[in-house]
This record gives sequence, structure tokens and C-alpha cells, in this order.
Amino acid sequence: MTLTVFWIFGVIAMGSGLLCITRKNPIASALWLVVTLFALAALFVLLDAQFIAVLQVLVYAGAIMVLFLFVIMLLNLGRPGPTDIKGPLGLLGATVLAGALLLLLRPLGEAPLPAGIQLPPGTVATLQQQRGMVGSVATPLFDTYLVPFEIASVLLLAAIVGAVVLAKRKL
Amino acid sequence: MTGTTVDLIWLAPALALLGFVLNGTLALARPTAKTLVSTIGAGVLLAAFGVAIAVFSAFTGLHAPTEAPVVFRYWSWIPVGTLQVDFALQVDQLSLVMLLVVTGVGSLIHLFSIGYMKDDPGYARYFAYLNLFVFFMLVLVLGASFPVMFVGWEGVGLCSYLLIGFWFTEEVNANAGRKAFIMNRIGDFGFMVAMFMIFWSTGSLDFDTVFAHAPTALTAGGTAITVITLFLFLGCTGKSAQIPLYTWLPDAMAGPTPVSALIHAATMVTAGVYLVARCNLLFALAPVSSAVVAGVGALTALFAATIALQQWDIKKVLAYSTISQLGYMFLAVGTGAMTAGMFHLVTHACFKALLFLGSGSVIFALHRAYHHTHSHEDAQDMRNMGGLARYMPWTTALMWIATLAIAGIPPFSGFFSKDEILTAAFARGSVEPIWLVFWGLSLVAALLTAFYMTRLMIYTFHGPNRTGEREQTHLHEAPWILTGPLVVLGVLSAAGGLLNVPELYHGGEWLHHWLEPVTQPGAALRPEAPLASGTEWMLVGVAVAVAVIGIVGAWQLLKPERLVPARNAPEERGLARILRNKWYVDEIYDALIVRPLVWFSRVVLWQEIDQRVIDGAAVNGAARGARALGWANRWIQSGQVGTYVAVFVVGVLLILWRAMG
Amino acid sequence: MLLSPALAISAVLFTLGVAGVLLRRNAIVIFMCVELMLNAVNLTFVALAQSLGLGGQVFVFFVMAVAAAEAAVGLAIILAVYRHKQSVSLQNMNLLKDG
Repeated sequence: MTLTVFWIFGVIAMGSGLLCITRKNPIASALWLVVTLFALAALFVLLDAQFIAVLQVLVYAGAIMVLFLFVIMLLNLGRPGPTDIKGPLGLLGATVLAGALLLLLRPLGEAPLPAGIQLPPGTVATLQQQRGMVGSVATPLFDTYLVPFEIASVLLLAAIVGAVVLAKRKL
Repeated sequence: MTGTTVDLIWLAPALALLGFVLNGTLALARPTAKTLVSTIGAGVLLAAFGVAIAVFSAFTGLHAPTEAPVVFRYWSWIPVGTLQVDFALQVDQLSLVMLLVVTGVGSLIHLFSIGYMKDDPGYARYFAYLNLFVFFMLVLVLGASFPVMFVGWEGVGLCSYLLIGFWFTEEVNANAGRKAFIMNRIGDFGFMVAMFMIFWSTGSLDFDTVFAHAPTALTAGGTAITVITLFLFLGCTGKSAQIPLYTWLPDAMAGPTPVSALIHAATMVTAGVYLVARCNLLFALAPVSSAVVAGVGALTALFAATIALQQWDIKKVLAYSTISQLGYMFLAVGTGAMTAGMFHLVTHACFKALLFLGSGSVIFALHRAYHHTHSHEDAQDMRNMGGLARYMPWTTALMWIATLAIAGIPPFSGFFSKDEILTAAFARGSVEPIWLVFWGLSLVAALLTAFYMTRLMIYTFHGPNRTGEREQTHLHEAPWILTGPLVVLGVLSAAGGLLNVPELYHGGEWLHHWLEPVTQPGAALRPEAPLASGTEWMLVGVAVAVAVIGIVGAWQLLKPERLVPARNAPEERGLARILRNKWYVDEIYDALIVRPLVWFSRVVLWQEIDQRVIDGAAVNGAARGARALGWANRWIQSGQVGTYVAVFVVGVLLILWRAMG
Repeated sequence: MLLSPALAISAVLFTLGVAGVLLRRNAIVIFMCVELMLNAVNLTFVALAQSLGLGGQVFVFFVMAVAAAEAAVGLAIILAVYRHKQSVSLQNMNLLKDG
């Protein structure tokens, strides 16, 4: 049952991803990407990552994609440009390269995980039971990964300042 | 840590460093605040002297003052594998003697400087350098390991350079500073090689460990110890101005006179003697090196004394005299008479500082007189002096005390110390005859010493005055801030001999017994050379007779009435000319070493190797190669990001393909 | 186990992202394709977190932070470029080539 649902959402994600890259209108592309992100959020829920799924909806689909749409509309690009998609030669090249990539990535999904690094089955589930959905992510975040976490905040600050500097006409 | 006042030893260098920091700040921010500068500059030194006395008395009060030195480890400085160097200070009998000399004589010279330099625009800078010098000198004498000592060794070299070139706006002075620096570099190279070899053979650089391991780790008289000590002595010849590296010291007189007194007479140049005395065990293990030390010392004593005979610059005479006296000290420590060497070091510090400061007082007076009449005569040339005794009675009397002391007339301090050296050399001659030659050389040097010092006194203070009619009215004694330190030094020069009255006169030989814990390990390794008391009396008689002959001879032979002022002086002829030109040693060095080196650097290293090979072939060749490569491959750079992305993806795919392989 | 299907979907999404970057010329769309790739990787992280520990989920968190920063700066750059060139097409962005 779970597997079926999983595949349904997976197919939605892949299909809307394909539509995203093939639509001529950037707004259409962006909206299809939003669909992909929602589908991915559903996949996250199925993979026991409810907190991440919520973040996915809030941050990605909510904030980042709105930013994209906002810029598209700000620049008045809401219609297909004449040279937006490469010609037949580009299409051929992209298909060949993408196909080759997929071919190369395929064995990764089937390779078994090394036994040494695997946790005993149910460890993650137990952890989530004990600490709750948020707590099980928050504990390592504020413990093992505290320094990267702080650095990430500095990065975001730098990004904010950088964006303001770049986007403003005159300081 | 001993729990006594000895623990405060760090205060002495710290105070000097504090003085440097404060005066250095003032020199940059408020160079006109001279009262503040003098208070700090001389104050820290007096305080350091106080610390030295307190430490000294506390050290004598320790329960077992004859045991191992007290070492204070402050922090780990160079921890590299088996090389563990701590920043550590060491208090023992030897370093205490040096500590007292440096801070004591240093304080007097700082006081003197207040008067001597008071009109100089670089007043604050001068005191900053002087304090820094004292700091490094204290690190040198208190350091508990070779590297720490080396820090001080290099630091005093730096300060010496800075102070020689103190009036750097004149190129001569700046060049004199450079000469001193470069000559010292040669010596420092020897010191460093010696350090490497000591670490290599004993596995440590701390004094106590090295001296504990040396007798077992090194065979006595073997090649290793001989090479080590010879390299150490090379360092000494640089710092202490011995043949062949002495030529920088006379030029160093370009600095202010108190600097000459402090750095180039009393303290820094004796660092080499201190080093040999500190390493007396190593030198005792190397008889060949000891003979070299003694031989070079005796030779330098004589050689420099001959040059001093025919110098006209009053400070140059004293400079060569310093070299000569340092030669005596090396003769002593080379002979193994560490006490005699240190004794002469202490007495020499007093009477030579007195001589320099006295000459400073004379120069000060002449300079002021010439300044009043806007004359540009040389204020340091003895031909422009003469008859100054009438104008400067105090200076004259004190200079005579110092002259009698350096000439070796009893009961002044120099008599005891110099006589001890001569006696030790003669006694050693009964075991190894070569020392009789050294004794003979130094005896002749003693004769010359008495002669040239009397010459200096006659020409400067007696006979008719040659300064000039108008200038004579402006000649008078220097203010008390200049004469005060002179009086103190005069007392010390006269009575300094009490420090180590030999048994011959039923004295206690206090210094000898005091230094025994330090000198004993080395002395035990040397052959005994006892002397009958009759022989000793005879030696004393010979030494005194030689000194008297020198003084009386000079008095009889020299006719100050016939001298003419420097402006009109005729050229010397014959031997006098050779001596006047210092045996042409500077010229010989110039022709043999400096010019070939400059030629080699300019033509071979610069024009051929640097410009052609390195610049031409390597640097420009690499640039040309890069340009050619870029020209050949620039079609790849289309500027289209899309193309770049495609190429990038292809690259990623290739890597993936290899990885999946 | 959902690991295998998750990895397969992730691979397909990643490939779609790459293909999009290769295919499109509109800078904003290319940006979206990059986001698609990032999400594909996120899926891998989450899928593997089930058996390898929750560090994977923490990393998704960091990826999102970086993506947000990247979107802000990247879009600002595009805005600035548009102001100069009146276009966001990569065809017109060839200043990397001298002349």
C-alpha cells in the first residue's frame, strides 16, 4: 500500500519535473516545479521525515518559489521568449547527455548499503518516538552540527546583504 | 622558585623593557617631554639595579649558595621533538656578577646621558634604545640556555647598530653601524653553528644539561668539542672585537659617547668573555681551543695597543684600548683563569666607563666651546685639546685615576686584575711553554698601554691649550649630572681591586671563592700550575716596572708643546703613519674580502645568475610558456555559458563513468 | 523498503534538472532546474536517513538554507544583469569572452 502511494507521488514528481523543464512560459515552468516540490514533500512524509516535509512546503514551495515568481513578474518575463529553448541540436545534446547520466546513476539505486554503516532496523523510528518528530532532527542540529548551523546563519546574513547590494540601483 | 627575593629576578629585564616601551612611545608621541623621558630612562635602570642588589643579597642568604644555579622556567618557547627550549632565566654567581655590572654601570651611564644628550632632538629615541639595550643585555647574561642567551646576543647587536648609527643623517655614522652589524653577523654565524653542534652532540641546549652531559658525551680534546668551542669563539671575536673581527669597534665610536662607554666598553663587548666563562667546562675539554683563545687574546692585546699609540681621536684611542683590554680578558679565560678574566671584566667596566665618560665630558666641553664660536673644528681630536686640566680639574683628576688603573699601578683596581692575568699566563707557561710567549706579548702590551694612556692624558689635559684663543673663554667643567657619575666610577676604579685581593697580600680572594661553583668544573679539568710566592713577587715587580716605564717614558718622550692643532697638522711619516692608518687592516680587508665579494655579487650573482638565468630563463620563460599555451588554447573559451555547462556535464559523466567502472 | 524507489526517483529528478540546464537559455528557468537537482539530492538524503541515521535530515536542512541564500543572491544577480542587458537569456551573457 505505502509502496503504491510512494510510486504515485514519485510519478507525479517526475512528470511535473519533465513538464517544468519543457514548458516555454517561465511561469508555467515555475508552477510545475511547485507541483514537483509538493510531491516531494509527500515522499518525505512517507520516508518518516515529517518535519522536513513541512519545511519543504514552507520554505521551498512557499518562500523560494514565490521569490522566483516574483522576479519573473517583476521583469515582465511572463511570456515565452523567442530563444528560451535551444534548437533541435540542443535538444539532441541534452537528451543524449541526460540519458547517459541516468544510465550511469542507475546502478546506485540497486547497490546494497554496506552493512557496517547501517543502523539496526527501527533505530530511527524509536528515536522519533522518544524525542518527537522535531526533536529528533533538532537534537543533532544543535549538538553535533552546532557550528555548521551557526555558519549557515552567517551565510544567510551575507546572502541578505549581498542581495540588497546587488539588487539596489544606488546605495 | 626559591620563595625568596631571588624569584624577583624577572623584574630586572622587565623593568628595562618597560622603560623601552614607555620611552619608545614617548619618542613617537611626545619627543619633547625630556623630563619624563629622563625620569623613566634612568629610573627603570636604578630600579633594576635595586632589584639586582636585592637578588644578590637574597642569593647569598640562601642556605646553599654554592650549589646548582637557580633556574626559573617561565614558558615553553621552542618545543620541537627532542629540542625543548624554555624561556628560562638562570641566577648563579657568574650571572649575578654580570647583572650587577650591567645595571650598576648602566645606571651611572644613564645618569650621565641625561646631561650629555640634553640638547639632542632624538633624546627620547636615545633613551628608548638604551633601555632596550639593557633589556637584551640582561637577557644575555641571565638566559639559562644557549638560545635565550642568543636572543640577548642578537638584541644587543641590534641596539649597538641602532645607537652607533644614532646620528644617521650623516652617512659615515650609518655606515659604521652597518659595519658593526655585518661583522657581528660573521660571529653570530659561529655562535649558531656551535649551538647546532652542541645540540647534536649533547641533545640539549640548556646550560645545566649541556654542562652535565658534555664530559661524557664529548671526548676531551676531541674534534667535536674543539670545533664547537672554536665556533663559539668565532662568535666571541665578533661580539668582543678580537682579531680578526675587531675592525667594527673603532668605527663604532661614531655613536654618542655614553653609548661607547656602556655598550662598546663596559658591557656588550664583554659578552664574549662572559660566554667563554659560562662555557668554561667546554673550553677546558678543548685545550687546543683554549690555546687559540689565549693566543688571539694576547695578540689582540698587543696589536690594538700599537694602533692606539698613534691615534688622534680621543675616542679612537679608547676604542683600541678597549680591544686591547678585551684581549687580556680572553687571554685570562683561555688560560683557564676564569676568575681573573671576570675580575678584569668588572674592573675594566668601571675604569673604561670612567675613561669614556671623562672623554665625553671633555668632548662636551669642547663641543660647547666650538658651538659658541660657530667653529667647525673636530671636538674629538686631541690636537685640538691640551691644558684642559686648568679648566676641568675634576675630570682631569678622575681620568688620571682611570689611567693609573688601566696602566696597572698599585693599588688601583686594574693593577690587581691585570696582574692576576699575567701571573696566570706565566704560571701556565711552566706547563705549556707557548703561554710564555702569550705572557711576553701581553707584557709588551702592558707597556704600550701605560704609554698610550699617558700620551692621551698629556695631550688632552697638560701642556699648552690648542683649542683656540676665543674658545678658551668658554671651556669649563661639565655640570654635576656629568661629573657625578664620574666620581662614583672613580671611586670604583680606585677601590675595585678590593673585590679580589690575592693571597699574596693576605687578601680573601672574595671573587675567586664566589665564582668557584661556576668555574670549578672547568678548573678541575685543567693542569695544575702552581707558582712559588717568590716568583709571584717577581712577576708583580716586572708588571709594575713595565707600567712605570710606560708612564715615565711617555712623560719624557712626548712634547705636547710641539703639537699643532689638527687643522695645520703635518702628515706623519714611517711607522707612525702605518700605525695612524691602523696597519692598513681595513684596506686589506677591503681588497681581500669586500671588493671580491662585491664583484662576485654584482657580476656573477646579479648580472649572470639572477638576470640571465633566473629572470631570463626561469621567470620570463615560464611567463612566455604560459602565454604560448593560452594563445594555442584560447578557442575553447567561447564565452557561452551554455557550452561551458555542456562541457562540464561531459566531465562529470566521465568521472562518474570511471568511478562506477 | 522504500529506499530503492526513492533513489530511482531521485536519479530521474536529478537527470531532469541536468537536462533542463542543458536545454534552456532563460537564466531563471536554469535556476529552477538547479533547485530541482538540489531537491533530488534532498530526497536521497531523506531516504538514506532511514537506515543511516538522522544526520541525513539535518543535511537537508542545511541544503535548504544554502538554497535560500543562493536563490536570494542569484535572483539579485539576474535582476542586475537584466537592468544592463534588458534580457535574461544566456545567449546575451558572453562577457566572459574578451571582445
